[in-house]
Amino acid sequence: MPRIATAFRLLANDRLALGAGVVLAVIFLLALVGPFFVSDLATRPDLLKRNAPPLVLENGFFHLLGTDTLGRPILARLIVGAQFTLGIATAAVLCSMTIGGFLGLIAGFSDRWYSQVILRLADIIMSFPSLLMALIVLYTLGASLTNVIIVLAITRIPVYLRTTRAEVLELRERMFVSAARSMGASAPRILFRHISPLVVPTLATIAAIDFATVILAESSLSFLGLGIQPPQFTWGAMVAAGRGYLSSAWWVAFWPGLMIVITTLSLNLLSRWARMVADPQQRWRVQSLRR
Amino acid sequence: MTAFFGKRLAYSLISLFGLLVLVFFLSRLTGNPADVLLPPDASAAERQAFSERHGFDEPIHIQFLQYLSDLLRLDFGESLRQNRSAMEVALNAYPTTLQLAGLTMVLATTAALLVGALAAIRPGGLFDKIASVFSLTGASTPDFWVAIVAVLVFAVGLGLVPTSGTGTPMHWILPIAVLFLRPFGLLVQIVRGAMISALASPYVKTALAKGVRDRRIVFAHAMRNSLLPTVTVAGDVATGLINGAVVIETVFGFPGIGKLMIDAIHQRDFAVVQATILITACAIFIMNIVIDIIYAILDPRIRYQS
Repeated sequence: MPRIATAFRLLANDRLALGAGVVLAVIFLLALVGPFFVSDLATRPDLLKRNAPPLVLENGFFHLLGTDTLGRPILARLIVGAQFTLGIATAAVLCSMTIGGFLGLIAGFSDRWYSQVILRLADIIMSFPSLLMALIVLYTLGASLTNVIIVLAITRIPVYLRTTRAEVLELRERMFVSAARSMGASAPRILFRHISPLVVPTLATIAAIDFATVILAESSLSFLGLGIQPPQFTWGAMVAAGRGYLSSAWWVAFWPGLMIVITTLSLNLLSRWARMVADPQQRWRVQSLRR
Repeated sequence: MTAFFGKRLAYSLISLFGLLVLVFFLSRLTGNPADVLLPPDASAAERQAFSERHGFDEPIHIQFLQYLSDLLRLDFGESLRQNRSAMEVALNAYPTTLQLAGLTMVLATTAALLVGALAAIRPGGLFDKIASVFSLTGASTPDFWVAIVAVLVFAVGLGLVPTSGTGTPMHWILPIAVLFLRPFGLLVQIVRGAMISALASPYVKTALAKGVRDRRIVFAHAMRNSLLPTVTVAGDVATGLINGAVVIETVFGFPGIGKLMIDAIHQRDFAVVQATILITACAIFIMNIVIDIIYAILDPRIRYQS
């Protein structure tokens, strides 16, 4: 608990990071709770109000950001879109962290042939533009919610795999591992009981940084029409839908893109702050701000 | 050195083979090209003849072996759509993408080295703060969105540049400017971090004590040592830049590999998909080797041993 309290105090000292944290908390809260209240509003077409301009309050609060080409209020759709955008990114990051971490543990601990196979597979994924790969896979298997998550997770697995492996390579030479082995612990027990707790914090840090990357990747896929399919939608798909109406109704494509920027920028600000706090060489920058 | 690059080559060939297997079988899962390419009222006999002509009637593992043996004879197959060699189609689209990505990468790396170094001179100073905000924003923006907003403002609104297509240098300004943001944003942060630790090292103090001018310390002494981490990240960024190029090409209607790939996948033009993937993978593989060589030039301590 005192460690969490310290973290909060350090966060309060960095105004930019604090702002980013608050923004993220609001967005996540809206994504979790908002859809219960506005999902009907977000999906019901109202052709009388189509392409209503933003910043006009006469139609009600949810029309503040204007309406799209079917007259649906954009603010409500942003909230529903947030649920899918953040949900997909969270699921993909968790999947790639778990699978990548697991494979990395194996590849780092054992020198058998399957370690080589794992590493070569990671090479294949790393050495190729992820979007091109995702295009082929999603076109083949169909762009369902599960497939999008799987594809996004696969493209990020090597990052976790390599980090975990590098850490394990170093950790497995330590005394506590030899001690565990001499007391008869099996390889799985050493890996999951003794080594993995030391790797998890590193993986969690990478996951935080990766979150923004995955949101951007998902948005690109959705923009190209290979994200989750209607009636479900994410922010990237909203931008794509508004692209054809740029000159007549710029707001349809503008707001969802801005939401992506705000979310990923906040994530990057927060993770940059976290790295600074975690890095002993740079930590003084944050602490010296304390009065 | 030779042994190191030999091992590197062997690993890359294994990766390349894995990629080819994956793409071959995945693309065949999309269905029969006859459904897309023949008219809907084509008779069963016509469909059969089409399949036989292109070898789609063979069992899939025979098709794969045939593909591999053709590949060894540098025969990359025919494009079903364009009646040309698939490699020709792919190579036709490549220069556009390479120019787009290459030019962007050169500009982004140069600008990032300059801005990152200047920001590192006074960490926390005004320039550093501005550079940080700009680079973080650049790394956080979805390029497709920036692209369409830029088209709206600069092409539709102000009429300064054309909205899409290629031809004049004016057509290239907007795509490069948009594509520039992400690599620039990512690289500035790397350069800045590397420069801060380089400027804190003892040899910089020595240079200061000798009375070397500030500018020389930053750009000659510290910069040279910050190049190594920058080059490492620049390699990954360049691979990722292809992703951006695919999106940007579709927004600006550039006839590059991104557009080609998307069209070929939709039309089940397997040979073109495979040829494009093959060239892209080879290009990235060559780039990685070049990066290894650059390492050795930048840091004389690095000796490649396997």
